Amino acid sequence: MDATDLYQEVILDHTKSPRNFERVEGADRDAHGDNPLCGDTLTVYVRTNGDTIEEIGFQAEGCAISKASGSVMTETVEGKSIEEARALVEVFRDLVRGERDQDLGVAELGDLAVFEGVKKFPTRVKCATLAWHTLLAALEDRDEVVTTEA
Amino acid sequence: MTGGGVLEGTGFDVKRIREQFPALDQSVHGRPLVYFDNAATTHKPQRVIDAVSRHDSTDNANVHRGVHTLSQRATDAYERARQRVASFLNTERASEVVFTRGTTEAINLVANAYGGTALERGDEILITGMEHHSNIVPWQQVAKRTGATLQVAPVADDGSLDLGAFEDLVTEDTRIAAFSHVSNALGTVNPVKELTRLAKEEDAAVLVDGAQAVPHLEVDVQAIGCDFYAFSGHKVYGPTGIGALYGRYGRLERMDPYQGGGEMIRSVAFDETRFADPPQRFEAGTPNITGSVGLGEALTFLGEVGQRKVKAHEDRVLDVATDRLSGLDGVRLIGTAPEKASVVSFVLEGVHPHDVGTILDRKGVAIRAGHHCAQPLMERFDVPATCRASFAMYNRVSEVDALVEGITEAVNLFA
Repeated sequence: MDATDLYQEVILDHTKSPRNFERVEGADRDAHGDNPLCGDTLTVYVRTNGDTIEEIGFQAEGCAISKASGSVMTETVEGKSIEEARALVEVFRDLVRGERDQDLGVAELGDLAVFEGVKKFPTRVKCATLAWHTLLAALEDRDEVVTTEA
Repeated sequence: MTGGGVLEGTGFDVKRIREQFPALDQSVHGRPLVYFDNAATTHKPQRVIDAVSRHDSTDNANVHRGVHTLSQRATDAYERARQRVASFLNTERASEVVFTRGTTEAINLVANAYGGTALERGDEILITGMEHHSNIVPWQQVAKRTGATLQVAPVADDGSLDLGAFEDLVTEDTRIAAFSHVSNALGTVNPVKELTRLAKEEDAAVLVDGAQAVPHLEVDVQAIGCDFYAFSGHKVYGPTGIGALYGRYGRLERMDPYQGGGEMIRSVAFDETRFADPPQRFEAGTPNITGSVGLGEALTFLGEVGQRKVKAHEDRVLDVATDRLSGLDGVRLIGTAPEKASVVSFVLEGVHPHDVGTILDRKGVAIRAGHHCAQPLMERFDVPATCRASFAMYNRVSEVDALVEGITEAVNLFA
């Protein structure tokens, strides 16, 4: 197994030019997450309209995986309902931990599917999940800093 | 090329050394293991593994109690290990060696048992900007409790200590000076004798964190002149969970215990307990007896291989790694002090150290990527983390090839 199993083209593209890599004007929810063992930090900004994630952005300092994960996440959940986004947090977590529900096809996962390789790199699972844990905190309007060590 | 059965030009037979370390003989992700994470922990030679196993198989008993034969054998083994550490550090007497869990516990012991009573409001503790968290946090805690303040001597751009600034920061208020002998994150060797002399001019007590020095340098605590010297067994080819604190006897004698319990008392009554003399005063509870046996064996092993030969060989690996890495585009070395031991720390432009670490791991190369428990130092060099390759007696010059290959791949992948 090669490192390119992890660093696929889509991931490299997202880490080199992350999408929605900005603070969102008029965000009504945000949360900050960090991964104390490696020093990755990430902030997610969300502007909702009723039950819909109207706009989402993030800012991050960290490794390629945490940045690409945040970038793909924002593209995936924008326009979705809060409930849909919450469900995706579970889906993504299972995916990178190698516990993916086999009924879920690659087509339904979209760009998220490229993160399946993470399961073969157990030391990097937390890098991939940081953005999603932070999103969940933002959606739940939690005040405390999210940590992947909890 | 180098690395076969031949000597690597320094009268040092790496092949014979490597044969004694079973953990080195394995593949990782289909590639031969290249273990460059020795500043985190070193592997153990078979004779250390055997010494621990032999002790557990034949001499296992508690120490300093029991009149039976096994207890006597265990006590002898434990005290022989103490003697071994004492002669390794050239202490004046064996009773100046306190066994601890490692460097961290040794520093906490001094911060609490010495600092806790010696420090008063207005006193200063002087450390340096390149300390490991274990030589920062215990002092912060005791400073908070006593009202003392923490002073930090700055690090120059090349990763060496700013000696002039250190000298200026030593004042009549400096009660304790604590600094590393060798920086774990940069490999800088500090002039500990000179630093000790400066601190002693103002009567400060001096603690040297020797965790990264003992594996690489000959250490003579009397020549340094320090009051305390701490190191860990697992960084010097010994087991984890065992380390030692040297304390000048006159200091130890006037210190209160660190922890209370068995082993550290002379007599106990409900109205008064009298404490044992050093070193037992600081060794509450049943100690890590097998660990001490392993540590003693590791130091004997290192002494037999020859510390100067080891240093000369490691310097050669370090020089080759430094030269080759500094010739790579996009690589920036962090820490280029003239005096270094065993560590090359670096960052790649546009590539996070953890990604470099993962790519290298797939080549079988183990390095450390992170802040190396030295976050203030990372801040100083304006990086969140670095990649660190650190060498031991068993590394070959030719192993640097795999390191360079992985770094080149990382640079190309993220270009």
